[in-house]
Amino acid sequence: MDNFSFFPEQASTMAARIDSIYFTLVALSILFATLIAVFLVYFGIRYRRSAKTDRSNILYESMALEFGWSFIPFLMAMGIFGWSAFVYYDINRPPDDALEIYVIGKQWMWQIQHPLGKSEINELHVPINQPVKLIMTSQDVIHSFYIPAFRLKQDVLPGRYTTLWFQATQPGEYHLFCAEYCGTDHSQMIGKVVAMGQQEYERWLSGNVASESMVDAGKRLFNDNGCSSCHLASGTGIGPALEGVFGSEVQLEGGGTVLADEAYLRESILDPQAKVVAGHQPVMPSYQGVISEGGVLQLVAYIKSLSNTQ
Amino acid sequence: MTVSSPPVKLGKPSENYLNWAYGIKSWLLTTDHKRIGILYLISITAFFALGGVAAGLVRLDLLTPQGDLLTNDNYNKAFTLHGVIMVFFFLIPSIPATMGNFFIPIMIGAKDLAFPRLNLASWYVYMIGGLFTLSVVVLGGVDTGWTFYTPYSSTYANTAVILAAVGIFTAGFSSIFTAINFLVTIHKMRAPGLTWFRLPLFVWAHYATSIIILLGTPVLAITLLLVGVERLFRIGIFDPALGGDPILFQHLFWFYSHPAVYIMVLPSMGIISELITAFSRRRIFGYKAIALSSLAIALLGFLVWGHHMFVSGQSVYAGLVFSILTYFVAIPSAIKVFNWTATLYKGTIIYKTPMLYAMGFIGLFTIGGLTGLFLGAAAVDVHVTDTYFVVAHFHYVMVGATIMAYLGGLHFWWPKMTGRMYNESWGISSAILIFIGFNLTFLPQFVMGYMGMPRRYHVYPEEFQIYHVASTAGSTIMAVGYLLPLIYLTMSLFVGKKAEDNPWGAAGLEWTTSSPPPHDNFAETPIVTEEAYAYPETKTAEVPSGA
Repeated sequence: MDNFSFFPEQASTMAARIDSIYFTLVALSILFATLIAVFLVYFGIRYRRSAKTDRSNILYESMALEFGWSFIPFLMAMGIFGWSAFVYYDINRPPDDALEIYVIGKQWMWQIQHPLGKSEINELHVPINQPVKLIMTSQDVIHSFYIPAFRLKQDVLPGRYTTLWFQATQPGEYHLFCAEYCGTDHSQMIGKVVAMGQQEYERWLSGNVASESMVDAGKRLFNDNGCSSCHLASGTGIGPALEGVFGSEVQLEGGGTVLADEAYLRESILDPQAKVVAGHQPVMPSYQGVISEGGVLQLVAYIKSLSNTQ
Repeated sequence: MTVSSPPVKLGKPSENYLNWAYGIKSWLLTTDHKRIGILYLISITAFFALGGVAAGLVRLDLLTPQGDLLTNDNYNKAFTLHGVIMVFFFLIPSIPATMGNFFIPIMIGAKDLAFPRLNLASWYVYMIGGLFTLSVVVLGGVDTGWTFYTPYSSTYANTAVILAAVGIFTAGFSSIFTAINFLVTIHKMRAPGLTWFRLPLFVWAHYATSIIILLGTPVLAITLLLVGVERLFRIGIFDPALGGDPILFQHLFWFYSHPAVYIMVLPSMGIISELITAFSRRRIFGYKAIALSSLAIALLGFLVWGHHMFVSGQSVYAGLVFSILTYFVAIPSAIKVFNWTATLYKGTIIYKTPMLYAMGFIGLFTIGGLTGLFLGAAAVDVHVTDTYFVVAHFHYVMVGATIMAYLGGLHFWWPKMTGRMYNESWGISSAILIFIGFNLTFLPQFVMGYMGMPRRYHVYPEEFQIYHVASTAGSTIMAVGYLLPLIYLTMSLFVGKKAEDNPWGAAGLEWTTSSPPPHDNFAETPIVTEEAYAYPETKTAEVPSGA
């Protein structure tokens, strides 16, 4: 690319909102920097030693000035804070109807799993004009999923899920960078996000599908690993029934409740004793090291599907 | 500040701390705060050179998008070495351990620091920490970045993490020793009449800095110890595979390392207050506002660490609290800039090298501070964190501001410290070169950061090359600017004009004693009767009392 530019393209709904704050800050910064520069230069010339100028009634302190130049910048700062707070809040609150795609970061690649079974490496295909929510985890160190054209990034952590949501507005190919230093090939842990029109996306999704959907793969793991022998749908098994669990408040043994989200499901698979469901014994073995991060995601997708059908 | 005691008369006019004793032993076993300041000056200059070489390798390598000069691993080691050395072995000790050490006792009319042997111990501890870090270089380097993020540092890195951590851990104690010394000295050893609000602002700045060092450094030490424990004994603290929490590390690390920025910049602000007044020949504008804003920065600085973690996965509400607190801490910094600017008003401004550095400082610190507002805005930070925007921002604050002040102070006090004048036109040229080189290096980094260029990237997309080339060109100019003082200041020791006791006509107790000062600083304890910066040029006007 030879085109020299000062500014990245805007390709998500957040990009314009973040850029507006950015430009406001640029304007305020230029204003203040110019103000200070003008005074420095003006005083610097006017009061140079060789200048014969009036130096009487020198001023040593002024509460009014101190208050003024603290309070006015403070008000401006609070304005910027409030504005940015709203946007930051929205960045962190994915819409309920978002299309969910799963991301696993590992040294030094991005592995993407689409719900219908397609998986890709270092490429993420998404439809435009539809909210997309990435549910991400890392297999080793901390990574960070960064799409400059969307103005969004989110750290990807081992041992837990983080989410990043966006709505692409322009079809095109955009840089995908790992933004958290992760070792030798950190700068090669890159890829691209391909945003495409809805129809094109459907075509891409359905093309060349040899693999099973995430839900089907999860169901297979659920049966192969013996989960199904305890977690009976009837609720009479050793383990609790999983139908309708996702998204509900689960009563815990020993009191308290927990929201059954992706992180809770993951924890219950890998560290089952951490939060035991009320009325059940802590007898489930850990599947740490038995099921891969990708497999856990498929199981999570399967368990989630058990709630969608109701 | 003037002194009512009779002019200092020494037995032999030439006796001073340099010729008071001779031989290598008289230096290595000295408890004289001035000699220890010189020992520090030599040592940190060596580390600055080493850190500079690492920076040079990084910048040269980034000339091409493919990173032709270094391998991926060597690039990672180069930027880690640059960060570790510059932060922990240059910037943090830079001003306090050299000029703070040398001038705080003199500025308050004391013979030495409260604990002279602890002061010498601090230099040895610093050197031992430095030797560990040097051994890292010899033994193949470390590649975690100066931030040591877990679980990369505690589990995955195959480099000399433990040695580097031990080096930083050890050097931390030298900071703590210095801070204790400053606090006790400033509290207990001020000359008669030198009330708190007559103290030079340089002393106020070091008082605030010492509080931060004392409260913050132990947290860093504990954090690095925990990384070592996890790495050596596989006890799960930060690595989730062992049941740890990687975000906990970030909280602990930034709890120290954000205030550490103020450890670097508060002393530099202290220097600027000295320089602006000396070369404007007038009392500082808003003395109390500047003094108290240092304390406000020290306290608020401890409450903003989470702004390094807006995309780490910490709670949204925590992010918002850290964002608003970040804006709070911006205000006292702004107050200082406005007060310095107002100090020029009706001054009698003299353009010598130190003043050029001071004005350069105000320019660079203003840009550094204003771009901090971008990063404090959590929504904007989501985009620019971990990009070159952040790299540019913290270099403006930590390098632009701190090193401008460091060099400004060094030139200002050089005649006092060495008894020799440096060459003024060389001084002015190097100040201008550094200012131009610095801006050429780091302004393009703001632009490429907003364009999305991630930091710590050895290989990068071609569209960023033009910015990297500009940046490397700028750093070459800056390097020449840094080399010049090394040459002409060293030369001045041999060929420089002998310095008068007060070559600048500056106020302050340090200018009432001889150049270089005698071993005991003053023949008799000075008595202070006036505010700081009471310049005769502006004394004709009504000076409000009780300030």
